[in-house]
Formats: sequence, C-alpha cells, structure tokens
Amino acid sequence: MNTLTRKIYSWVNDRVQLDNLVEFMGKKYVPLHRHSVWYYFGGVSLFLFIIQVVTGILLLLYYKSGEALAFESIQFIMSKVQFGWLIRSIHSWTANLFILSAMIHMFSVYFGKAYRKPREITWLTGMLMFFLALAFGFSGYLLPWNELAFFATKVGTDIAGIVPIVGKPIMQFLRSGDEVTGATLSRFFGFHVAVFPGIFTVLLGIHLILVQRQGMSEPLGLEDESVAERKKMPFFPNFMLRDLLLWLIVLNLLAILAVFFPWELGRKADPFAPAPAGIKPEWYFLFMFQTLKYIPGKLWFLDGEVFGIMLFGIAGLLWMLIPFWDRKSSRGEQTRFINYIGLFVIMYIMILTIIGWLA
Amino acid sequence: MNSSEHSAPEHQDRRNFLKWVLTGGVAALAGSILYPIFAYLKPPKQGEVEVTSVSAGKLSDIEKDSGKIVKFGTKPVILIRTANNELRALSATCTHLDCTVQYRKDMGLIWCACHNGKYDLNGRNVSGPPPRPLDEYRVVVQGEEVLISKKV
Repeated sequence: MNTLTRKIYSWVNDRVQLDNLVEFMGKKYVPLHRHSVWYYFGGVSLFLFIIQVVTGILLLLYYKSGEALAFESIQFIMSKVQFGWLIRSIHSWTANLFILSAMIHMFSVYFGKAYRKPREITWLTGMLMFFLALAFGFSGYLLPWNELAFFATKVGTDIAGIVPIVGKPIMQFLRSGDEVTGATLSRFFGFHVAVFPGIFTVLLGIHLILVQRQGMSEPLGLEDESVAERKKMPFFPNFMLRDLLLWLIVLNLLAILAVFFPWELGRKADPFAPAPAGIKPEWYFLFMFQTLKYIPGKLWFLDGEVFGIMLFGIAGLLWMLIPFWDRKSSRGEQTRFINYIGLFVIMYIMILTIIGWLA
Repeated sequence: MNSSEHSAPEHQDRRNFLKWVLTGGVAALAGSILYPIFAYLKPPKQGEVEVTSVSAGKLSDIEKDSGKIVKFGTKPVILIRTANNELRALSATCTHLDCTVQYRKDMGLIWCACHNGKYDLNGRNVSGPPPRPLDEYRVVVQGEEVLISKKV
C-alpha cells in the first residue's frame, strides 16, 4: 500500500475499526472436496444480479411506460440509442442465465443438505429470492408490451384468478382492473423496478452476511475424512480471485449470446388480435404450463387448473420448508430419501420442459 | 418493579389500562396507515359506457369462410362468415385462460393458440382444455351493414 491509501485506511480504521473486518476475512476458508465446484454458482448468481441492476438502470433512462409508448421506446433503444440493442439484449439474456444459475445453486445446496441447521435462514432467504427472480422475470416480460408478453400476462394472471376466494382480488390487484391494459403495464413496471429490487436487496444482504458469518457448508457424507486431513483454501484472496475469473468467463458468454443471438422484440401487443400460433411461456415456467395441459378439466370436485395450482403451491412450500421437516440431515445423518425427491424434481422439470419445448 | 406498592391491585389496573391504551393506539395507527394504502392499491371503477351493439362493417367486405375480431367495447368478439354463408358472432375470449381465439379455415373450427383449445362454429368447446362454450352474440344485417349486439 502506498502512503496515501495507508493514510486513508488508518483514518477510517481509527473511526470504525476496519482491522476487525480484515482479520475476520483473513480467517475465512473455503473447504476443498470433490463437490467444491458447486460453491461458485452462488457467486455467479450474484454477478448476474449485479449485471441486471446496472443494465436495468441503463434501460430505465430511455424506457417509457404506458400502452402507447412502451413498445416504441424499446424500439427506440434498440435502433437509435448507441449500444441500446446490446444493453437490452444483455438484460434479457442475463435474466435467463440468472434463473438457470440460481437453480443450479439451489439444487447443489439441496443435495449437499447445506440447508440443515444452522443454515435454515440462509436457505429461506435464498428460496424467497428465487421466487422473486421468477416474479422479476414475469413482470419484466410484459414491459416491452409485445404480443407474446400480452398473452403471457393474460394467461399468468388469469391462472392466479382461478384460486378460490382470494384469486379474484389478487388477479384484479395484479391487472389493476379486470383486463390486462396499460394500467397493468404501469403496475408491473412499478413492481419490476422498485418493489422487487427493494425486497431483493434486503434478502440478499441477509443471505450474504449469513454466508460470511457461518462460512461454507460442507456436504454431508464427507465425514469419513478426519478434520485435520481436510483441505481448505483461503477465501481472500484465493477463492475470490477464482470467483472473479469465472465472472469474467460468464461476462464473455453473455457478450457472445447478446451479440450473436440478439433478443427479439416481436410485434406490438394488440388487445384485439388473436393469440399468435406457437405461443409459449418462458422456459422456466414451461414445466408448470405443460403439467396444466395434462390435468383433465374436472378432477373429482375440483377444476383441473385449481388442482394444478394447488399441487405446485404445496410442492413449492414443502420445498422451501425442507430444513424444518428434514430432521435427519440436521442431526448429521445421511438420508437417501431426500436425494430421491431431489432427483425426481430435477427429472420432472427437465422432461416436462423438453416436452413443452418440442410441443 | 418488585416493590409491594407496584403489585397493588390499583396499580395493576392502571398498568392494564395503559397496556390497552397503548396496544389500541398502535393498532389504530397501523390501521390508519394501512387502510389508505390498500384502498389506493385497488384500482378505481372506470365509468365505462355500456356497449350494447357495434357495427362490424359492410357485409361485402367480409369474405366467405373467414373470421375477424371486432371490438365490442373493451372485449373482443369474433365474427365468422361460414362457408355456407351464415354469420355468427361469438365472444373471442377463450373460456380457458383468457386468450383471444381465431378462426381456422383449415380446421373449420375456432382455435385458441395458447393451449390448443377448439370450438365448433356454434362456439361449443369440442376439444382441449376450455371448460365452457363461447358466449353467443346476435348478428343482424341491416341493408349492407353487419350489426352485432348482446343476446338478451
């Protein structure tokens, strides 16, 4: 450190005791074992979130909300603003990669049983952020006000409306009325750029502080090696530099995707045009969409759709609450059962997504 | 707190009273903040003009064996001129999940692209997920003009 930085450091240190923090960082280690590679996906998700914030703010500088302006303003961004096409394409691609990376992160935590005591809160905040990511995706999808987005929003909010008793008010709240209109667009815009980022930032803060305080979890089943034999790596700077290198690779991947596979804008939404052929939701909603197709219209006394929504609702809730019912893992015992559930969920999602994609 | 005078019954009463006043005050405060917020979030009812009948244009502009979407107030209505030269008007909103349907010449059916729902030309749900038939509208030809109105 040169003298100036040293001076600044000691000035701050005198007041807020930075030494404690540096000492803490120096003592943080990342365990090394055959599953260590999965530790990187949390960091990749964080990086992708940062990209979303930056590109999102840039888009916000030109985007105009409203039925008459939204589509045109994106057209303007993509055709007139310098590098506008790149920023928008990166924002759309990153949204998809973020959900993919968060999914990988979630499943690796699941199979490593890292949600077990004492990391229940980390898992819960992570799951809430994942659901928020889906909400980000759903609300952001409408903002260009194109044909596909219009019908996706109609279907998505109509599904919410099917739920008995609370469904209808929720649907009206989401749509800001009975139909998907410019009022819905304004509302989704507010959610997407203010409400969700605010909540997400708080959850992310808790999540990251907990990860730093508690350190990385080691997967169950590595106990056969004695503690002394276990290898580890300092978080700072060794692991962090590896993290940064991967971030650089991800950034390159994003640039390639955004440049060579630019995101389409499609046609402007027309509430009085039929739904276009081949319409599909985004890939991360596809497995649920496909499942709804297989459920018969009437099941016992329930509507097919109501049954489907309740099924996914309950499954999602059980999944989120796993640290509280998987007692065995919390005691440090191995459980095959949990692995089988996880494998089933992955297979189910993958198979139905592929079928939905091909259909 | 431990002194005997504090646990005397009259003090206990006073403490309970204060507890209720405080709890009530906090509840009232929360209510007076939350009520306007929830009321604000509920979109106001727009004074819409009730549409009972619209013109769908000239009969000669509508080809045989074709369908078109007509604005009926805020709702889409599909007007079909069948191959047998009959005119039908049906709600274009799919009864499944709110998508807008279209006339498929090749199938001779009304089709919804979202979930492959199919209706016959009388609006009956014949295949796919739709739970109900499409609502019917009345079609009248006055001179050259095609008029669509609500069924009474």
